[in-house]
Amino acid sequence: MSNSMWKDVGALTDIPKEGARTVITSMGKIAVFKSAQGEIFAIEDKCPHLGGPLSQGIVHGARVTCPLHNWVIDLKSGGVVGPDEGCVKTLPVKIEGERIHLNMSALVKRAA
Amino acid sequence: MQHSAPLKTNMPAAGICRNAQVQTRIIGCCKGKSMKQKLVVVGNGMAPGRVLDRLLETDPDAFEITIFNAEKRVNYDRIMLSPVLSGEKKFEEIVIHGDAWYEQHGIALIKGRKVIAIDTKAKTVTAEGGMTANYDKLLIATGSVPFIIPVPGHQLPGVLTYRDLDDVHAMMVAAQQGKKNAVIIGGGLLGLEAAAGLKAQGMEPTVVHLMDTLMERQLDPTAGHMLQRELERRGIRVVTKANTKEIVGESSVTGVRLEDGTMIPADIVVMAVGIKPNAGLAKEAGLETNRGILVDNKMHTSDPDIMAVGECVEFEGSVYGLVAPLYEMAGIVSSELLGQDTDGFSDKALATKLKVTGIDLYSAGDFADGEDREEIVLRDAASGIYKRLVLKDNKIIGAVLYGDTGDGAWFFQHIKEETDISDMRDTLIFGPAFAGGTPLDPTAAVAALPDDAEICGCNGICKSKIIDTITENELTTLDEVRAHTKASASCGSCTGLVEQLISLTLGDSYDPAAVQSMCGCTELGHADVRRLIVAKELKTIPDLMQELEWNSSGGCAKCRPALNYYMISTWPGEYKDDYQSRFINERVHANIQKDGTYSVVPRMWGGVTSSKELRAIADVVDKFKIPTVKCTGGQRIDMLGVKKEDLPAVWADLNHAGMVSGHAYAKGLRTVKTCVGSDWCRFGTQDSTGLGVRLEKFMWGSWAPAKVKLAVSGCPRNCAESTCKDIGVICVDSGYEIHFAGAAGLDIKGTEVLCHAESEEETLEIIVALTQLYREQGHYLERIYKWARRVGTESIHAAVVEDIENRKQLFERFVYSQKFSQTDPWEERTKGQDAHEFKPMSIVSFSEAAE
Repeated sequence: MSNSMWKDVGALTDIPKEGARTVITSMGKIAVFKSAQGEIFAIEDKCPHLGGPLSQGIVHGARVTCPLHNWVIDLKSGGVVGPDEGCVKTLPVKIEGERIHLNMSALVKRAA
Repeated sequence: MQHSAPLKTNMPAAGICRNAQVQTRIIGCCKGKSMKQKLVVVGNGMAPGRVLDRLLETDPDAFEITIFNAEKRVNYDRIMLSPVLSGEKKFEEIVIHGDAWYEQHGIALIKGRKVIAIDTKAKTVTAEGGMTANYDKLLIATGSVPFIIPVPGHQLPGVLTYRDLDDVHAMMVAAQQGKKNAVIIGGGLLGLEAAAGLKAQGMEPTVVHLMDTLMERQLDPTAGHMLQRELERRGIRVVTKANTKEIVGESSVTGVRLEDGTMIPADIVVMAVGIKPNAGLAKEAGLETNRGILVDNKMHTSDPDIMAVGECVEFEGSVYGLVAPLYEMAGIVSSELLGQDTDGFSDKALATKLKVTGIDLYSAGDFADGEDREEIVLRDAASGIYKRLVLKDNKIIGAVLYGDTGDGAWFFQHIKEETDISDMRDTLIFGPAFAGGTPLDPTAAVAALPDDAEICGCNGICKSKIIDTITENELTTLDEVRAHTKASASCGSCTGLVEQLISLTLGDSYDPAAVQSMCGCTELGHADVRRLIVAKELKTIPDLMQELEWNSSGGCAKCRPALNYYMISTWPGEYKDDYQSRFINERVHANIQKDGTYSVVPRMWGGVTSSKELRAIADVVDKFKIPTVKCTGGQRIDMLGVKKEDLPAVWADLNHAGMVSGHAYAKGLRTVKTCVGSDWCRFGTQDSTGLGVRLEKFMWGSWAPAKVKLAVSGCPRNCAESTCKDIGVICVDSGYEIHFAGAAGLDIKGTEVLCHAESEEETLEIIVALTQLYREQGHYLERIYKWARRVGTESIHAAVVEDIENRKQLFERFVYSQKFSQTDPWEERTKGQDAHEFKPMSIVSFSEAAE
């Protein structure tokens, strides 16, 4: 996890609680979530089912429900909850002061 | 990785080392800790699940419990895999104990860790990854593994078993990929359920069975043939007397070759020939095993501190696969652990049912022919009924029922009790209803059962236990009875009987429909929640979750939108809408499409538009390069494929031309469709367009449990199709006929006539009052026709037509709530509300070759 792959993507206050914002990169969209408790999670903005934008889903606990067909994704692990199966990439998150930093190496590795 | 708040984790009980790298054995010691005995359970299937239920019921503090589960899932009802495969149930519906249950009871559930060794001297178990736990008492419940016939080709990809959810998924995936040919080896219970499930998934299954007739262990040849014919009629091919020689294929399965040379093409092969106890772990630990782990009638193995339960055990030469004896074992294990006296396990007569929807089949006891035996047979070819009782010494020893199994429990009762049936022999085959001479009351058969008649075979629950529990605990719903007694909570095939018992006990006050809980976060149903919001004056979602003891921290995507609606409709003006509890469409006031773009539908009051509006729409389409423009069924224009970030600018342009949101995304008033009425039409009797516009201008912006679509037709020719709407008006010479409770979507249903109104004013008042009543009583996502069916149209008629004072109050409450809802959401957002929704937080670039 090289240091150069940590990117400042915004402030903690940019994301509403139980909400999400997107970060656009050349390797696709990332959804950055904030739970009711204020935890920050970053995952690929693409449901493993049919590619739905997870950033648009309802956030409950540390999970999000995809707006297209109600698949539930665990934000910590990126895994699909319940009977469906699949996984999305998660990105390491680092909070420095009020700023959110994401490590992008997971995206690059996948492409290599 | 760092989080801004500490994570809440499901901590295991003391005595467990979670760190796989350390691999040291940290065994819990009692210093300063509780002196509770440590119970370790290996396996998390239905039998150990039942042991835990019983333990916690009797003495929740007796043990500190740790469970190892090789599967990554929580405890689920394996018997219900067939309904999952056939699509009748979802996984969530068959979960017995969810994660929260373990947490709530302080049980450490270690998922996805297979136990690989037991050290009986040190009294520890070790799981994959080096995790070790010590025990005072160990319960082995490793279950069984499917038996695989070792024919050539049995290891090819595409050869499956039918044992757990992974198998079900593999079958469903094959069906989804459009694969057609499925061969099921084995025509027993499991094999036939698998075949029916695969058929339901669209495949063409062939059952290959070694014996002469299907399910020969449970059915006599006649019933076996009837079953075969019925399955064939349903498109399931059956080949009996068929010995599989090999499974053919190169990279994956392509067919099954039988001993006689017949080749059956196959894309998947499901082996369902039986199971064998999974006793390997116990054997390696030095416990006495044969086919299974040897136990005595109290479920003790050869080691005094180790017990075993379930399909992994062998008792007096027998192994068990049906749930009833396994649950009986579980009860004994729990009693033994708590030092209570039990009768011990014994081999009893068993009853079997096949869980294939639409095929009723029941078998119990011994039904082989014999010189000392007699039989009573009833056949009714026209209705496909076959009943056979086998008698010996004036007692029933076996019963096979096909087509009508309602009397199964009654016959089984006589088998177990060894009743002398000489007196009722003439009418015996017709069952208890005839024996008692009772008329065709549906509860008569159940009423005639003796108190100790077994109702739920899976859980061994008798009639009196159910009735007593209902009375003592004042239970009123099926779910409550299931929770308290476990009756019908396993395979569910006795649900009908249990419901009849509830209605027998409660009389008319039992309403079988009022049983559904809102979601997995609560036991309460929608009606309970709505009532409690008012009674306890709950005015925020967090308050409600606290007060009503929600079992999840922040609800789920099912309950949150419902609660938000209940709050907003109960406390208009007071409750602040919780934007994050709304589905995306209601959050951004547009409709999400499959590619993540949105569609935009401006309001056109009553379906009427103008050149100015059309011009503005045309300009927006050009300016934002909107790919598709289409007319909707509700007489609106839909612009599809708008990028999310363009939405505010699109709305600003539409606002500029005087157009507002059409709420095409809302659980609320959508559209009022009209015909041209007396303004233009030579048949029109009233101004239907004018009334439609008036209704829409009065009611727009109101939220409702589900979408609400109206229509006003100017004459009985009904060009606005009012008679399939949530609420419809048909204008006639003498006034207005008000209809409601129609449907033209998933269900098709014509409306019912609510009443006749003389004037537009009266029509408006009645429709608004009707809508308000629905807003106050409807369950979230329940359309008007379903609400009407639930509460009864008479009650609605009484509230809005007969009781004029009540109608006025409903009307006033609607008017009051409209004060807070009639602001154009588009305009608010063009002025900056929720701006964060419509643009990315940031755009970052980085070198893709960095590593």
